[in-house]
Amino acid sequence: MRIVEKSQLMSAPEIDRTLQRLAHEIVEKSGGTKNLALIGIVRRGVPLAQRIAQAMRGIDGVEVPVGVLDITLYRDDLSKVAPMAVLRSSDIPFGVDNMDLVLIDDVLYTGRTIRAAMNGLFDLGRPKRVSLCVLIDRGHREMPIEAQFIGRHVQTSDTEIIEVRLREIDKQERVVLVDRVE
Amino acid sequence: MSYNFRDLLALEPLTADELSFLLDQSKPFQEIQKHPLKKLATLRGKTVALAFFETSTRTRISFGAAASRLGADTMNLQAEASSLKKGETLLDTVFNLYAMKPDCLVMRHAASGATDYVARHLDIPVVNAGDGTHEHPSQGLLDALTIRDRLGTIKNLNVTILGDIVHSRVARSNIHLLGKFGCKFALCGPAMWVPRELEKIAPGTPIRCVYRIEEALDGADVIMMLRVQTERLDDPPLSVNDYVLLYQLNAVRLRRASPNAIVLHPGPMNRGIEITPEVADGPQSCVLEQVTNGVAVRMAILYLLISGASESGTHPALEVKSKESANASD
Repeated sequence: MRIVEKSQLMSAPEIDRTLQRLAHEIVEKSGGTKNLALIGIVRRGVPLAQRIAQAMRGIDGVEVPVGVLDITLYRDDLSKVAPMAVLRSSDIPFGVDNMDLVLIDDVLYTGRTIRAAMNGLFDLGRPKRVSLCVLIDRGHREMPIEAQFIGRHVQTSDTEIIEVRLREIDKQERVVLVDRVE
Repeated sequence: MSYNFRDLLALEPLTADELSFLLDQSKPFQEIQKHPLKKLATLRGKTVALAFFETSTRTRISFGAAASRLGADTMNLQAEASSLKKGETLLDTVFNLYAMKPDCLVMRHAASGATDYVARHLDIPVVNAGDGTHEHPSQGLLDALTIRDRLGTIKNLNVTILGDIVHSRVARSNIHLLGKFGCKFALCGPAMWVPRELEKIAPGTPIRCVYRIEEALDGADVIMMLRVQTERLDDPPLSVNDYVLLYQLNAVRLRRASPNAIVLHPGPMNRGIEITPEVADGPQSCVLEQVTNGVAVRMAILYLLISGASESGTHPALEVKSKESANASD
């Protein structure tokens, strides 16, 4: 099986503009930044959350707290997808009780990651509201989960993979659609 | 970095990288100890057999708590109640437990090497919770984690171990772990408990046996206390009073150590014998942090071994895939 790159979905400036728009949408829908906090899902949700928080500083001039959540321990597919998955630290340096939390991830697909993330969040307390923001929604949900803030919808087939590459992690900045070919 | 073994039987064969990996993987579980809800469903449906052929309170409860916080169930075998008393062999007892289909066996035994022997006959992960005077790997890891948290590093420290070292599996696990990070050891206690041969147990690690506590404490960064088993003071005879006089860690003696030195004790403590209450409850003491960290370390061990044991079962050459590859499916 080979992995071939089919097309580029987003360039670096497009990612940047999309995150700016998402930051505005989140602030608008939340009626400001009071009690608002962002939770980046390890790994690529984390730099995305930091960049959205940065953009919010430009809108409201306010520092929105950013937490980091590793969902490995909450997955429902232990030892199927990733045998002995490496755990990374979660770091949520604020109480989540009564907070207005926005989960941030790169790609929304089956919804299982978000299901796991919500389990993890509710172990920390009782947030007032949890919403979801993703850079790409590629469909194929297996859970009753939808994102409130979406960078872009992309129609995909099962064999295709969306790779979000971010400079903080991948040393390049773009979103590509790749396919597994027999 | 990864941990590529089915079992955790000893720290001696592990590399510094593998040991660092185990310590790093304990960190997320330390955070979970601070959550209001400490229970995970990660190992739901898995069963951990706890077979303690030698009595234990703390370690057994700690492994039990670790298993249940990961969502696993436990089966308990305790020495007093076991059929060993009725003459069953060790392997028969273990095979009976195994026949109840646990996913992991945590075992303590009074004979050095017993856990190793049992592991060779099973195809599930086996964790050594202390075997004779050989090793107690989870204690070594939790001690290292405690030191790293308090001092910021486990590299190149001066470590003093006080007490009955020749009989101590805790001392051996600690020497094998910390020795790989460049720590130097001073072992101190009555000569019958600190034979010169101990200087050679970890080739490459500087170890010296010292018989004056003041000398042993000079410049120490970490002081590890071991429990004095008073029954062992009979052979050859040394009175408890003499022990206190010569080897007790008190506040005055502690001042010879480095000002930031920390004091560890694996428990149970004999207050007033090997350690004074003033030191045991003082700011340099880490004894309760050790207990808290013990649960985190054991959660990491159970998580890694049980999630690592692939569905096919036997001795998988495990490779670590991080979420990058998992990310492709979600």
